[in-house]
Amino acid sequence: MIRLDYEIIADIIEPGSRVLDLGCGDGELLSMLKEKKNCRATGIEISPRQIIRCMERGVSVAQGNIDSDLDVYEDKRFDYVILNESLQQVLNIEKVLADSLRVGKKVIVGIPNFCNLRARLQIFFMGQVPVTKSLPYKWYNTPNVRFLSLKDFRDFCVEKNVRIEKAWYLREGCRVAFMTGLFADSGIFVLRKG
Amino acid sequence: MPSRGRRGKQPVNNTTIVATQYFSLGQISIKSGEKLGPVTVAYETYGTLNAARSNAILILHAFTGDAHAAFYHAGDTKPGWWDGMIGPGKAFDTDKYFLICSNVLGSCKGTTGPDSIDPLTEKPFGLAFPVITIEDMVDVQKALVDHLGISKLLCCAGGSMGGMQAITWAVKYPQCAHSVIIIAACHRHTAQQIAFHEVGRQAVMADPAWNNGDYYGQAVPARGLSVARMIGHITYMSWVSMESKFGRKLLDKQKLGYDLSKDFEVQSYLEYRGQSFVERFDANSYIYLTKAMDYFDLAEGRKISEVFKGVTADFLVISFTSDWLYPSSQSREMVRALQAEDADVSYVEIHSDYGHDAFLVELDDQARAVAHYLSKVGRERAGLI
Repeated sequence: MIRLDYEIIADIIEPGSRVLDLGCGDGELLSMLKEKKNCRATGIEISPRQIIRCMERGVSVAQGNIDSDLDVYEDKRFDYVILNESLQQVLNIEKVLADSLRVGKKVIVGIPNFCNLRARLQIFFMGQVPVTKSLPYKWYNTPNVRFLSLKDFRDFCVEKNVRIEKAWYLREGCRVAFMTGLFADSGIFVLRKG
Repeated sequence: MPSRGRRGKQPVNNTTIVATQYFSLGQISIKSGEKLGPVTVAYETYGTLNAARSNAILILHAFTGDAHAAFYHAGDTKPGWWDGMIGPGKAFDTDKYFLICSNVLGSCKGTTGPDSIDPLTEKPFGLAFPVITIEDMVDVQKALVDHLGISKLLCCAGGSMGGMQAITWAVKYPQCAHSVIIIAACHRHTAQQIAFHEVGRQAVMADPAWNNGDYYGQAVPARGLSVARMIGHITYMSWVSMESKFGRKLLDKQKLGYDLSKDFEVQSYLEYRGQSFVERFDANSYIYLTKAMDYFDLAEGRKISEVFKGVTADFLVISFTSDWLYPSSQSREMVRALQAEDADVSYVEIHSDYGHDAFLVELDDQARAVAHYLSKVGRERAGLI
């Protein structure tokens, strides 16, 4: 079964687009975009193991660090830059997002909601850093370095003069339309420079 | 280069016997402006060229390699130098692809080099051999590929000096290769790389037997060449691989000798490597080939991304974490310049403790990357199924 976030992202992207996926993991989304949308799609990934899996899927991916490796691309090289489940794992969020908005005409960001209802309840009633289905890591082994809510991200975009063109809110493979800050596990945003 | 350790784990090709072939081309013009020729090229091929002539891959060997990349020569117990990567079902799959490997110009393994007979004097060239470059090697390979009736290679692939040739192919003959694999290499030789080579050359030239390159038919400069190889060998290994292979292990001794005899295993290992190298390699070729690498600088004063402006190939770049001779930073520099010019490029830095030698011995991930990459470019660029 195709992940809902991949399905949504693939729907957003027009056929034939040029796409850069930052932190592309095993390349599943890239190969989908390449095969179904005929995109010229490439990625940057930090883990060599994941890159070999990307190669198995037939997508071109370069090992690199998204904190520093976007400088080589000229402005607006890509129609879309994707940061799906990767932005919360970078230290210099402001730089990565600014670089992405520079090299991409649009940027698609997918982030987990660290303040969903379950997380809030765990903090309040159990006094512990939450571990939920969508946030499965313990405090000592999480790859995430930035913890934010969907509202935090929207506020951040306002502060940085980034326009949110469209947003989707998801929970356990379904869309959420109501009280998203509480009920959504994650959000997908289409951004462009304001 | 030596084979060791990891290579033993790879399935060895069955004892298919192959033989080196020879192709002769007339006089060639080389980069220095001089003429050289007639030139003989030693090469081997494996697998079958398809009817469309679209499945040919050129394998480019490293500094002291040769045309014998895989399988066995009649009577040999050891296969070719990249046998773990080339064969039926392997990364360079001889059931799918037609592989060509030729000995480089200036070498001493069958292709014309300083130990070949100079037609003018009917004696070995020695120092009368002109100084050649990586570009000249590539030009000779291009002539061979033309001779074999192949107008566009599926891939040019090589490690170390072979990688320098591969990237040169992409720049000099952009229409002639669909893809290029550059392993543990660089686009220009740096001061440190030149420095190590200089020490090697000085060692050879300081040996009285070298006699200004005129030693053929007499005693060869064994001591000098062996020291040169010892230095080279250190640069091919890593801190970790030397430490784990030798540490401070003593050589047939219970305690330190406190004399000038050999105490440590690493000493006798280097000695052995040096001596066995003298038996298989020509000292003048050592000088000419190191010189060719030292001259190598694709950009020649320009920005490297400018040089990549016309490239059309799809690229795979591979480096190894412990390679300090051709460090990953150089591969990354190349990758970034290719990305800047909008080339299709894949890059992976494979974890290995084997240093620069990793491209010959660290085959698991390397083989997987190459195999998948070739399937992709075969499918997308050359219409192979």
